[in-house]
Amino acid sequence: MKKFIVRRVLLGAMILFFVSMIIYSIERALPTSYVEGRARDMSMKQGAKPYDELVAELNASYGLDKPVLEGYFVWLGKAIHGEFGESWIFHQPVTKKFSSVIWYSFALALAAFLLEIMIAIPLGIISATKQYSRVDYAVTVFALIGISLPSFFFATILKWIFSINLKWVDLYGIVSRMHESYGSVGKVLDMAQHMILPVITLTIVSVGSLMRYTRTNMLEVLNADYIRTARAKGVSEKKVVSHHAFRNTLIPIITILGSTLPNLFGGAMITETLFQIPGIGYTSYQALTQGDIPFTMFYMVFLAFLTLTGNLIADILYAVADPRVRVN
Amino acid sequence: MSTDSTKKKDNHVSTSKALDDEQRVKILSPGMLVAKRFFRNKLAVAGLVILVTMFIFSFIGGMVSPYGESQVFRKTDHVWKDYAGATYNKSYIFETANGAEFPTQGQQKFILATNKGNDSFEANGVTYGLEQKGEDYWAIYSSESVATVLTLKGKSTYKQVGNTEVTDEIKEGYEEAVANDENTFEVDGITYTIEKAGRENQITISGEVAFATKKVFSAAAKDADLGFQFKQAVLDAIEAGETSFEYDGTKYELNTTEEETSTEVVKDGEVYATISNLLVSPQANGVFLSLSFKEAVEQAIADKATTFTAMNEAGEEETYQLQTKNTQYVVRSQKATTVNDTYSAPSKKHWAGTDGNGMDMLTRLMYGGRISLMIGFVVIIIEGIIGILIGGISGYFGGWVDTILMRVVDVVICIPAMPLYIIIGSVMDYYKIDPRIRIYALCAILGIVGWPGIARMVRGQILSLREQEFMVATEATGVRISRRIFRHLIPNVIPQLIVIATMGLGDVILMEATLSFLGIGVKFPYASWGNIVNAVNDVYVLTNFWFVWIPAGFLILLTVLGFNFVGDGLRDAFDPKMKR
Repeated sequence: MKKFIVRRVLLGAMILFFVSMIIYSIERALPTSYVEGRARDMSMKQGAKPYDELVAELNASYGLDKPVLEGYFVWLGKAIHGEFGESWIFHQPVTKKFSSVIWYSFALALAAFLLEIMIAIPLGIISATKQYSRVDYAVTVFALIGISLPSFFFATILKWIFSINLKWVDLYGIVSRMHESYGSVGKVLDMAQHMILPVITLTIVSVGSLMRYTRTNMLEVLNADYIRTARAKGVSEKKVVSHHAFRNTLIPIITILGSTLPNLFGGAMITETLFQIPGIGYTSYQALTQGDIPFTMFYMVFLAFLTLTGNLIADILYAVADPRVRVN
Repeated sequence: MSTDSTKKKDNHVSTSKALDDEQRVKILSPGMLVAKRFFRNKLAVAGLVILVTMFIFSFIGGMVSPYGESQVFRKTDHVWKDYAGATYNKSYIFETANGAEFPTQGQQKFILATNKGNDSFEANGVTYGLEQKGEDYWAIYSSESVATVLTLKGKSTYKQVGNTEVTDEIKEGYEEAVANDENTFEVDGITYTIEKAGRENQITISGEVAFATKKVFSAAAKDADLGFQFKQAVLDAIEAGETSFEYDGTKYELNTTEEETSTEVVKDGEVYATISNLLVSPQANGVFLSLSFKEAVEQAIADKATTFTAMNEAGEEETYQLQTKNTQYVVRSQKATTVNDTYSAPSKKHWAGTDGNGMDMLTRLMYGGRISLMIGFVVIIIEGIIGILIGGISGYFGGWVDTILMRVVDVVICIPAMPLYIIIGSVMDYYKIDPRIRIYALCAILGIVGWPGIARMVRGQILSLREQEFMVATEATGVRISRRIFRHLIPNVIPQLIVIATMGLGDVILMEATLSFLGIGVKFPYASWGNIVNAVNDVYVLTNFWFVWIPAGFLILLTVLGFNFVGDGLRDAFDPKMKR
């Protein structure tokens, strides 16, 4: 098992190496005039560094003046030590900005994740046990609508209904105007209130796939021989579902949930941007559209890292559940 | 008779006794079996109906629609436009006598002098005298020194002071004046004044060069210039409290209006000019404001009215708006202008209203559907080609080829797609790439990033298929490798491929819509459902014009839902194992 994990981690590191190399090459492939133009625009802004200094800094931290491969190793050498340079638009080190915004995203994603589990798993199981019933159709349609719903459209509808027509919550932002006057509990509640619509958006948009996954797995388990055996020996249907089938369904579900855990840190770019929640998604959206190269590089590598961590967790959980995997 | 025979055929009444006789069993081809299972699935049929509707709507609708994709509709609208400005004149207006000069510097010095109560001031080396003739009415005299004269024992010595040359005529005139004990003398129409200053006498040119008043003159005729002397005569008459005066042989009458704000100068029973404190000037160049208009403005200001009527240039009664801006008044007239027919509500002419550019929404939706669907198909085809190639090769050859290709797949999957699109989109924004090329670029990028899913699926299928007997048979009969892959393996993957492609189409359309919504996908003038919803970034549109964004959003939802329903139904139809 230890050997298996070590092998997987090494493989992940290798993939990360190549992915970051590709990301670096993409940033390098941006036309020079674009980078320079952006740097020039940036230096025009108030409180920004002069143009020459910006370019010199870029060259130092990204090796832009060196060939691609050599430049990549310059960047990698810094990145390994956690030095991702200073963000152009936020005027502070990238990692500092990152750590100041990541928790908004995490809170948002965690709330949506928990809600998703609470809705998707029971509904998925009910829909599987009553295949082709009305409930099954309703759940399937609901799940597919969730999958098919553009998050920007759903978020806009929620805003339209609850912010504009009913005026229950604010249209944008994470805090209300009176935020500073509240006590510490009030402040948390205020932020929680602003998270309601984004959490609903994220939940509805992502609940579908977990629901479908649960249903498919439950169906597979219900078709298994040991379920037939259980039924044959006269176990009540309730017990068959809750005892024999459900436990077996849990294995793949936990595996897939485990592998999505890292994504809690990834930020929801569209939803955060639409609601202007100052999480990593919104922050990096600003960075991306304004050509903040240091932040962009960091965010893309960070996302790749999250994906790989997710894969690693999935592999390990599979190996825990099914020892046959370890051999290969 | 004939109906009986058809009935028999339909019922498959068998004459044979063998169980496996063709006539006994209604045989369906595998394709028909799939179709039958598919059509039994209500959701799949609903999805199919949605998709067919969408295709008809987008592709045929666009042809049927009487409007073009980016045809802008205009409408006439009455807009209040600034027509004239009016303000009470609080500064002096200087009127210079014919041929005389009164420099700008003098105007400032004049104001200083009146404020200090001085009765003379100097500007550009010339001394001016002041005389107050009435409230806010001053006459300005110049007194330019010509020479100083020192008379000793009957003999005068002239010393030139100013720029004027001391001619013999001046000397003669001076001597004559002194002899007659006069203070002034005239030479060549210019009046010279003699001032005694100690033992010397000073000769200066004097005369009224200008007057300053706060009253504003306006003439009835368009190009009339009232002239210095006429204005002077009018002002003098007003100050003297006269009701009439004569100028240049003509008799003029003066009428003061009720509010005593302005005075009319009447010539032969007609208003010739008005004098008032109110300065009314047109907003646009070349517009002449008639006296009656100006009087109407004045009346309206006095009445504190917000609207008034007056004759316009065409001689018609027109209603004007009067607005107050601090101490200024703005007169606005209604002008008919053609504007873009933006955000008009659904009507007979525009069934779904118009958008922010005044384009027909329904037509935009149709063309938007075209682009969304076409991008979806193109991207899926690109993904399919790359996916089948890489998955097929990887699955068939296995070994190190498989290892390398699968690592490539791992790497591509890890590339964060969304940030990548945004970067490339913003680079294209920076260079203002042509919207058409952007669409091609969008397809290419979406395709290049999206293939790993298909490659993995193809590889997995082929790995299990290649161990089967029919593949051993192809090997034994010596079929070419490429033929083995593409003729014998790939066709067996087609069912899963169709399912994954159908579902993938929905995802691509969703991704395209999201990117267009963010403003980095399909761009104006091309319509896309995503960039139609983009209008909600303006909260005003979000609040007031639901018909602009809700239809487009629902079309995206319905189309993607249709693809998912059909994909789901196809999967169940191809693989009935999941049924209990």
